[in-house]
Amino acid sequence: MNPLEAVRLALDTIRTQKLKSAFTLMGVCIGVMFLIAVVSIVNGMGVYLKDDLVGKLIAINSFELRHRPNINIGDTDAETWREYQRRKRLRYYEVGPVAEVLPEGTRYAVIADNQLSLTSQFGRGPRNVRTTGVEGDYFEIKKLAVTAGRLFTPQEYVLGTPVVVIGPDVVERLFPNLNPLDREVRIAGIPYRVIGVTETQGSAFGMSFDNVAYVPLKAPARRLFNSEPSMIDAVIIQSPSEAEMTETMERVRQVMRVQHQLRPAEKDDFAMQTSDSALEFWDKLQGYLVLAGVALPAFGLVVGAIVIMNIMLVAVAERTAEIGLRKALGARRRDILSQFLVEASTLGAVGAMAGVALGVFLAFVMRAVTPLPTVVAGWSVVLGVLVGAGVGIVSGVYPASRASRLDPITALRQE
Amino acid sequence: MSNTIDDIGISTTGERQAVVSVPGITPDKDWVIVARGLKREYDMGGEIVRALRGVDLAIRRNEYVAIMGPSGSGKSTLMNLIGCLDSPNGGEYWLNGMLVSAMSDDQLARVRNKEIGFVFQTFNLLPRATALQNVELPLVYAGIPADERKKRATEALDSVQLGPRLHHRPNELSGGQRQRVAIARALVNRPSILLADEPTGNLDSTTSQEIMRVFENLSSQGQTVVMVTHEPDIAAHARRVVVLRDGIVESDERRERFVDRVGISHATTKVAHD
Repeated sequence: MNPLEAVRLALDTIRTQKLKSAFTLMGVCIGVMFLIAVVSIVNGMGVYLKDDLVGKLIAINSFELRHRPNINIGDTDAETWREYQRRKRLRYYEVGPVAEVLPEGTRYAVIADNQLSLTSQFGRGPRNVRTTGVEGDYFEIKKLAVTAGRLFTPQEYVLGTPVVVIGPDVVERLFPNLNPLDREVRIAGIPYRVIGVTETQGSAFGMSFDNVAYVPLKAPARRLFNSEPSMIDAVIIQSPSEAEMTETMERVRQVMRVQHQLRPAEKDDFAMQTSDSALEFWDKLQGYLVLAGVALPAFGLVVGAIVIMNIMLVAVAERTAEIGLRKALGARRRDILSQFLVEASTLGAVGAMAGVALGVFLAFVMRAVTPLPTVVAGWSVVLGVLVGAGVGIVSGVYPASRASRLDPITALRQE
Repeated sequence: MSNTIDDIGISTTGERQAVVSVPGITPDKDWVIVARGLKREYDMGGEIVRALRGVDLAIRRNEYVAIMGPSGSGKSTLMNLIGCLDSPNGGEYWLNGMLVSAMSDDQLARVRNKEIGFVFQTFNLLPRATALQNVELPLVYAGIPADERKKRATEALDSVQLGPRLHHRPNELSGGQRQRVAIARALVNRPSILLADEPTGNLDSTTSQEIMRVFENLSSQGQTVVMVTHEPDIAAHARRVVVLRDGIVESDERRERFVDRVGISHATTKVAHD
């Protein structure tokens, strides 16, 4: 008997015994459904973190020179943390030597930032805003444009003019229904003139990227960013390509080691954060989450396997006469074996497909109803169906081999 | 007809004589079944039951033979051996030139598929399959492609006058029709022997006669028919009657002698031959 024939036979049996098949399918169906759903959640969080969060924080082909990493997804042990605390802060005067070794075509920007209180005479009370003092190619690297007004001029950078570019959230809060351009904003009490409004940068995990303000690094707010005016938070460096970035990072590292007078055996006392390094921990965590996401539904699948095995054993007992007849008509042992194996694996696969459909549906519902950004992983669908069929095969082996070993004479006599 | 058995050296009384036999080749192409000294013993919880104690039987192509005997005579065991459902403990069984008694399970399955057409007392149709699907079943295991299967199954059903009932399920058919579906299924692979086990056991007398007429027709078309029954008047439809008792052949005679001996009225058997 050819395999197609066996599948047709299996589908016939499933069709004629709808209710029993439905119950049989349930275990596998639920297992696969949760597999798909859980993997979708984990996957969705991963996509969200990578594309939305870190992708927005760290631009393409760029790295941030910091005294310690500022994106710590996951745990940092106490020892590492203490070491971070002991590190020297970056200084503005250290930027010059770094800029000197940067290859042609490399962009860089210097930033210092802090959460500062902004007020305007039109808004409802003060607003805490992430305020960043910038210098260099910041807006080019971040691909950040203004929807109204303009960005800073070179003169404003050099002179530290008290001008500010604000994000849409700040406009909404401090200038409700007003054109904010040329109006006054006080940053920690110091008056600034609004010269531009940035385009929206969206949000991640309910955290808005639009509650921001940018000022020239040398502007009066400088002393509010860090305890000493010469302290800066990061140098953002962007290479034209990924290949050049590696080379650039190495050059910057050497310059910084010289400036910090590190001996060859000493470790770096600064960080060069890339999007990869920021996501390193997430990748590890994702592995565990997926493992958990696969392990939990596995229990459902084990239950499903037991149910299928049980139902198949009953089916073999019920269909003893049929098996005897098939043998009398010329079915070989492997024909019977494959008939029941295919039946079990078809049951498993059909259950898995139902589970995939439900799981995908569940993922979409969660995406629509909850803030969990689920993304269905293609591999989980394939895995689900394979696992379902596998469960069917594994649980079908014993009943099928029992069926195939039935003695045709005894089996025929069975009513 | 009975003298032909002597030709190949098997006597009806169970005395074995030298037989010309080369392994793998039939003694004679005309002989569908040649069984010599068939023995079958069962171990029933330590007690050895000797169901067949040395049966010699030879059946020519185109014969119509009934195997009779009271229960416990070994006729079911013999049928299982002839039908290649079971292997003997001793003796040789040649079916259509093949030494079946030495075959493996899978080889036996092949032989059953190609050489034997079974008809059972309880019809043994698949309840959820249509008449056509039931008849196709042996062809499935023979590896015949689907359209060819359908064609041959339809022909087989036509030959038992069930052409209009192709898509009926067994529960939509009468007992006689079910048995005719079973006969169509038995014939669809063009077997060497049609092997019927109490084919009328579950049928009333009118339907039994109808089935016997089908057998008679098949026989007259050249089909070898072997029928196991315990009813003398059904056995009397065959041209030759073999009676078993206690695991050996008690008698092996032509229908006329059998009818004379057991005293079945001519009227009963006449129906089949009219």
